[in-house]
Amino acid sequence: MSAQDMDVGAALPKTPRDFVPLLLPIALALVALPFIPSTSTRITLTIAGLAMGMMIFVMASGLTLIFGLMDVLNFGHGAFIAVGAYVATLVLIPLAAWMQADSVWLNLAAVVPAVLFAMAVTGALGLAFERVVIMPVYGQHLKQILITMGGMIVAEQILYAFFGPQQIPLPLPASLRGSFQFGEAAIEKYRVVCVVVGLMVYFAMLAILNRTKIGLLIRAGVENTEMVEALGYRITRLFVGVFMAGSALAGLGGVMWALYREQVNASMGSELLVLVFIVVIIGGLGSVTGCFIGALLVALATNYAGFLVPKLALVTDIMLMVVILLWRPRGLYPVTSR
Amino acid sequence: MSELLTLSGVETHIGRYHILHGVEFGVPEGQTTMLLGRNGAGKTTTLRTIMGLWRASSGEIRLGGARIETLSTPDIARAGIGYVPETMAVFSDLTVKENLILAAREGEMDQTRLDWIFGFFPPLRKFWLARAGTLSGGQKQMLSFARSLIEPRRLLLIDEPTKGLAPAIIGALIDCLKEVKRRGATILLVEQNFRVAQEIGDTVSVMDNGRVIHSGTMAELAADEAMQQRLLGLSLDTHQ
Repeated sequence: MSAQDMDVGAALPKTPRDFVPLLLPIALALVALPFIPSTSTRITLTIAGLAMGMMIFVMASGLTLIFGLMDVLNFGHGAFIAVGAYVATLVLIPLAAWMQADSVWLNLAAVVPAVLFAMAVTGALGLAFERVVIMPVYGQHLKQILITMGGMIVAEQILYAFFGPQQIPLPLPASLRGSFQFGEAAIEKYRVVCVVVGLMVYFAMLAILNRTKIGLLIRAGVENTEMVEALGYRITRLFVGVFMAGSALAGLGGVMWALYREQVNASMGSELLVLVFIVVIIGGLGSVTGCFIGALLVALATNYAGFLVPKLALVTDIMLMVVILLWRPRGLYPVTSR
Repeated sequence: MSELLTLSGVETHIGRYHILHGVEFGVPEGQTTMLLGRNGAGKTTTLRTIMGLWRASSGEIRLGGARIETLSTPDIARAGIGYVPETMAVFSDLTVKENLILAAREGEMDQTRLDWIFGFFPPLRKFWLARAGTLSGGQKQMLSFARSLIEPRRLLLIDEPTKGLAPAIIGALIDCLKEVKRRGATILLVEQNFRVAQEIGDTVSVMDNGRVIHSGTMAELAADEAMQQRLLGLSLDTHQ
């Protein structure tokens, strides 16, 4: 019997495109906005939420890939957020005059190298962390939790030892201060920058994952590392590369967050880590788009709740995670079968 | 005929379980060797040990004379071994095309070879851009086969390809295997379906309790019902 005789060529059922999670941030805004009295406040809160969401996404995107591809529960991810912020601060302190100059170019000449250097340092630290701390505990979740949590505490204490417990100011560059005025709505310039940077990171990640062979390998590795190896690819090299990239993204997110708060402190990594994990879990392990939607949901919900019911804002992210997991126990867009 | 793959005294432990106990057999070059045995005999473990997915704790595995048991799985694959696992293991989030792009390790896919594969498995052409996760079980098996054939390999390890498939699809897989064999490929095939084994196999090794208890020609085993009964607990009459 030849293959042509087989009754397996019948049309596949159309792959259902799951747009529902994509609509959730819009639905959330539509539910919350009518309760907010003025248009200007609605716009300000929404942009603030989007900016915060993008920053969280940048921090969490690396973790979701590490989680999905390497099956590693990296509770040390927060350390890279804090280290990134501190490295950028160290670079920017001697460049304070350029930061405060009225020239956009001088501001950029200070900020861009600081960001790149912070990403390079956190990427390099990620390499060392993966080789020394993570590698001995691949496949052992309990040990991963303990050792990466230990790594987080050690990193935080080192930051305390070198920089002290006090907050170190990190003023925004002059050209990013102030707001754009739309009618009565004031939109902070820096928040717009955060939205643009977050979107750039998101679309760059999508392009790499969907249009390059490295991206195919990462997506395949998230599903089945063993089979990727059986096809002849050295997945450990991919692991290292993804871990470095994830750590560098955490560093970038740390710099963005520090500039947003205009200060750094040693505990910022551990404070943000809970939020980052919530976003990764809401999004579905290994899913970049899920992480993106999760970050937007958490940030918008926190901002709206902070205005409408301030006490509720403290638990919004946890409540959101509970509701999402009751609806979809494996997150919005689960990728890995683990 | 010289043996492309030889296993000598191969032992495999999984955790504290001792699965393979000194496995010894060879796969002659250009022939199809069937690895038969009851469930739990150690056939899948043998294939996984050859691929380096489980480490041999002792013994030697040689491919073309070179020892491979200490190599990593990617290096074993690069030495020229294609692997079709029992679970098919297609990447369900990737399209058919993307699955094959990954399998074509050395670069672009050869269109002539692709057309040759499509000749056996037309659904793969039809669903070229469909996500592999949406394919039927038979179509996934076709994709898993195609992945191992998209580039020439020195040796194909195939684990129970017909398990759970409709007869029509089994027919297509057999046609494909015969053609691959005709082109001179060396195949080590684990199969529970004795009729399929008889149709494709040149030589056979039978396993039981982690050991090879018989090696010989397929014709010899097919002709000897008593031997089938003794080695496999079946006969052709009862195993239709």
